[in-house]
Amino acid sequence: MNGKLRDKLTSFAFVWPALLIFSIFYIYPFFYTFILSFQEYDFISSPQFVGLSNFREVLFGDKEWWPSMYNGAFITFWALTFQNIFAFMLALAVDKVLRLKKFYRVVFFILPVLSEIIIGLLMKQLLISEPVGRDVFNQFLGRLGMGFLVQDWLGTDRVRLITALVHCWKGFGWAFVILLAGLQSIPEQLYEAARIDGANAWHSFTKITVPLVMPVITLVIVLTILGTMQAFAMILALTGGAGGLTEVPVMRIYNHLRFSLVGLACAEGVILGIVLILVSFTMFFISKKIREKYGVLPS
Amino acid sequence: MLSQKSKVLLFSLCTLLLWGCSQAPRTQGLVVWHWLTDRQDALNDLAVQYQEKTGIPVEFKLFFPADIYSQKVIAAARAGNLPDIFGILGEKKILGSFIKAGHILDLTSYMEKDNHKWQNSFYPQTLAVTQFKKDNFYKVPPGTYAVPIDTTVMQFIYNRSVFQQVGLDPNRGPRTFDEFIAVAKQVKENLGIDGFVCGWGEGWLLNALATEWAINLMGEEKFLNTIAGTVSYTDPQWIKVFSLFMKLKESGVLASNIEKMTNKEAEDAFAKGKAVFSFNGSWAVNVYRQLNPRLDYAFFSLPEVSDKYPEKIWGGAGTSFMVHARSAQKEEAVRFLEWITQNLQQEFLVLKTNNLPAVKMDPEKFPSILKTLGNDLKMSVEDFPGSSPRPELEKLTHPNVWPKNEDARVIEVMNRGLQQIIMGLKTPQGVAQEIQAVKERVSQL
Repeated sequence: MNGKLRDKLTSFAFVWPALLIFSIFYIYPFFYTFILSFQEYDFISSPQFVGLSNFREVLFGDKEWWPSMYNGAFITFWALTFQNIFAFMLALAVDKVLRLKKFYRVVFFILPVLSEIIIGLLMKQLLISEPVGRDVFNQFLGRLGMGFLVQDWLGTDRVRLITALVHCWKGFGWAFVILLAGLQSIPEQLYEAARIDGANAWHSFTKITVPLVMPVITLVIVLTILGTMQAFAMILALTGGAGGLTEVPVMRIYNHLRFSLVGLACAEGVILGIVLILVSFTMFFISKKIREKYGVLPS
Repeated sequence: MLSQKSKVLLFSLCTLLLWGCSQAPRTQGLVVWHWLTDRQDALNDLAVQYQEKTGIPVEFKLFFPADIYSQKVIAAARAGNLPDIFGILGEKKILGSFIKAGHILDLTSYMEKDNHKWQNSFYPQTLAVTQFKKDNFYKVPPGTYAVPIDTTVMQFIYNRSVFQQVGLDPNRGPRTFDEFIAVAKQVKENLGIDGFVCGWGEGWLLNALATEWAINLMGEEKFLNTIAGTVSYTDPQWIKVFSLFMKLKESGVLASNIEKMTNKEAEDAFAKGKAVFSFNGSWAVNVYRQLNPRLDYAFFSLPEVSDKYPEKIWGGAGTSFMVHARSAQKEEAVRFLEWITQNLQQEFLVLKTNNLPAVKMDPEKFPSILKTLGNDLKMSVEDFPGSSPRPELEKLTHPNVWPKNEDARVIEVMNRGLQQIIMGLKTPQGVAQEIQAVKERVSQL
């Protein structure tokens, strides 16, 4: 055995456990899900090949699939706008703070660390009146003299919006941490040079901060879309789907798996995956164009 | 080049990794998997008794919640790691798949031994849930495939103390739907507490109630014909069933956000006296005892919407155990199940866990709350403890005793539709049309 081959084998010996785990827990399930989406299967019986029937059922037959995608998109819209803008503003503020930076980072990152189920159950207690919840939020408003705002926060008219806002509240912390890291990676000298050249704060923000932090913003946008479109546990605990008003795609997949409609659930998973991959690539493409326009990337 | 030490280390690591994938060594004795959090102590006590009697240890392994338990059983079946005894949750179709895949032992010969002695000891309805008849829809060989250890029924419950507070007879629940609404309204107006709580965030409780009212309104035959596809869900009687939920909403007796309520939340609310009525399974006796031992309540039958057809109650075997057909100890497993379903052990379970028994037993031996329920269900056996059966628990019905289950997608749309009626988003007619559309679509697949 020559030395080069031995070196390669030695290197591979260190890599293969990770490769094996990755293949078993990621690559194999990915392809198996794809294969099962063409079959009728209940986990126990032998799978029966049904061609594109499951995909036809999801795309054209199931009247609830597209509304669930809409619900997912609605929550994603709020996460992209409200959550991320708030996180960015907070990151900008903390970036300028000279003291207690680490403290703020920890405080704002507590929510994403908490379990989604805990957040869902907690908010249910806060927002819903007796006998399901404790109506804490309304009582708080009453004590502040804002009784005119008291209402059924998870009522039919606003359950979707409140669900989206709870999701944003839970999720802004990680967007904040990633954006703050991006902001802190911008060299201070650039701002100093701009100040010497007479740039004001707005110019520094639009000409230095935004273009340089754009790759991080793109990453946050893509992660927000992927994370929110796959949101599930918090919504299940908070509303249980609210008669379809807050039913999201993963909730449908979960329900179909519970009913042992494995092929259908896998087809839904594949379709959701394709949609998310397309959206992600589109976002990266748009981001690249923006960066080219700003001259951050060589055109 | 790797040193000798590194080679030994790498080899040890690989061996450890592979060791971790190997099957765990089986202990001597029987292993039973279940999901019954409230019964673990009682089952362990029985295991100790069995070991003292036979010398064979029995280990009850608890996995919960039920969804996780189901996944574990499915994964174990696929991996060939099923325990000696286990239960299956879900539709009869799934049970059929397990049987056809050879995972479950046919118990018919054991049941029929000694002139059907074991079989006759059960209430027939509890066995029927896991029995397959000849030429069944699921194409499963006919037989009895599980042993029920208790009976569960879905019933209405009322708070007796609240009845007394508003001057109503605490020994009599409402008989009709209109009376039910009138009482709930009276309580809400006088005491300000909710009329009705139920875990309607979990669709199956809506489905169970809709089923009971549908059978009461149109008769079991027409109901089953709907599932068979010869009667439409847009039939006026079905629309009337869905309209009952609309009436409940319009009457204002439902707890707010009932469509988001889990069964646990509903149980908690009722146990704390926050509502006068609830609809729940007979397991609630144990739950209420744990939540509020002083709660004074009673069960009552479905508030009737018609006197043309007899009412049917969703119920049957609450928990059934199956024997793993490939277990090396299957004969011992059957013997253990025979033992656990003997009267003495069933009596122990009834008293310890407050669940109705699966075997014929004199209701006088039940705790007081179950005694009323048992008498209402006609659980007493005329010639107890003789062997001649009579149509006990004649009121019970269950999807697993029907010729076939309704398609899960139809049930899903029905449950969501009922939630939407309660939320004021849809009309009964609109929901009926949606259900029928899905029914027609899935029947063509």
